[in-house]
Amino acid sequence: MPSIALRVNNEVATGDVEGRTLLISFLRETLGLVGTPMGCDTSQCGACVVSVNGRSVKACTMLAVQAHGSEITTIEGLAGPDGELHPMQAMFKEHHALQCGFCTAGMIMSAIDLVKSNPEGLSEPEIRHGMEGNICRCTGYDNIIRAIVAALPLITSGSAQTWERADV
Amino acid sequence: MYNFEYIRPESLESAQIALSTDATAQALAGGMTLIPVLKQRLNMPTALVDLSGLGLSGTKVENGYLEVGAMTTHAEVANSADVRMCFPALAAMANNIGDRQVRSRGTIGGSLANNDPSACYPAAVLATDASIKTNQRVLAASDFFQGMFSTALELGEFILNIRFPLAVRAGYAKFPNPASRYALVGVFVAKFHDSVRVAITGAGQNGVFRHAAMESALEDSFTEAALDGVCTPADLMNDDIHASAAFRAHLVRVMAKRAVSAALA
Repeated sequence: MPSIALRVNNEVATGDVEGRTLLISFLRETLGLVGTPMGCDTSQCGACVVSVNGRSVKACTMLAVQAHGSEITTIEGLAGPDGELHPMQAMFKEHHALQCGFCTAGMIMSAIDLVKSNPEGLSEPEIRHGMEGNICRCTGYDNIIRAIVAALPLITSGSAQTWERADV
Repeated sequence: MYNFEYIRPESLESAQIALSTDATAQALAGGMTLIPVLKQRLNMPTALVDLSGLGLSGTKVENGYLEVGAMTTHAEVANSADVRMCFPALAAMANNIGDRQVRSRGTIGGSLANNDPSACYPAAVLATDASIKTNQRVLAASDFFQGMFSTALELGEFILNIRFPLAVRAGYAKFPNPASRYALVGVFVAKFHDSVRVAITGAGQNGVFRHAAMESALEDSFTEAALDGVCTPADLMNDDIHASAAFRAHLVRVMAKRAVSAALA
């Protein structure tokens, strides 16, 4: 079995995996990071989105071996050591951007990648386009967009340097 | 997913050996189609040969051509300064493939080698008469695509890069399937100094195809109005639960007009 070594939430993670082991299985079952849920398992819903080398990726559609040598951040890697929420998490809470919460980890990971990739700012249609890979079955989209709009200046202004901890 | 051996060669030669000595080995690019297919157990390769270690990503512009490495992701094409400056229609196309996460992983070479009849890239490649360089030869776009999910690639052969001649103007418009965002119909128009080429994806029964009647109409006048009288025979169109053949034939003209409009913008 191939051995893999990667960094997950700023910690070294290693393991032996089968070729077919999915990244999400490695995260959940080997590392115990169950904050990333398996949603549709068909790369459509986006519940399993994590950050791989700074880009949002659906962990159900990437092999664990493909992540060898990469830097991964999951939802567990966002909050500060004292539990202080990442600005995107805080704005999701503030704007009631979740109902059942199943899609939330993926929504937040996608939204952070989107905002960080566009430091010059984003229009609402650009946010909607950027979030097309994430489905919320509680149909909470409007509040999700509001949360991302609110988090945008907090993340891009530089005041969020403390949130670079996990390098997402 | 059935298990397989995972191989990540670091030279073209070892990749070729891995892919040609085992007829059931399969090349892995971004995996955005292949991994879902494997998860459904629709395919059972003995080995996956990951092409990510061969240095095949990146873009460059020279002598009127844009060259895109096979392993360049859709996100990289969409954000490349080279592509945005010299071939903005391709950057715009790449930015609308799948969703953001698919664009993080999916590659142009993987898309072309798969030749999904609803994929976007084949339309850009055929409409610009791009050439496809493999580890063995250079193929013209018209020779490369050989019908639905079928290409000229042979055992042990994989794409190294795609070389696009730069058009004077180009535009792409697609009517996406609202769930998958694959093209129900996608039309790419490319205007060169002495010719116009139009390629249609998503619509045809045999994958991407050129539309001769639209090409000659647009050579006479590169305007939306030039397409008003141009028909697309419905009997050559796909007909499925997503759209009837007649609707697809109608969409070909609507999307072609939008592509011309985008090219003129």
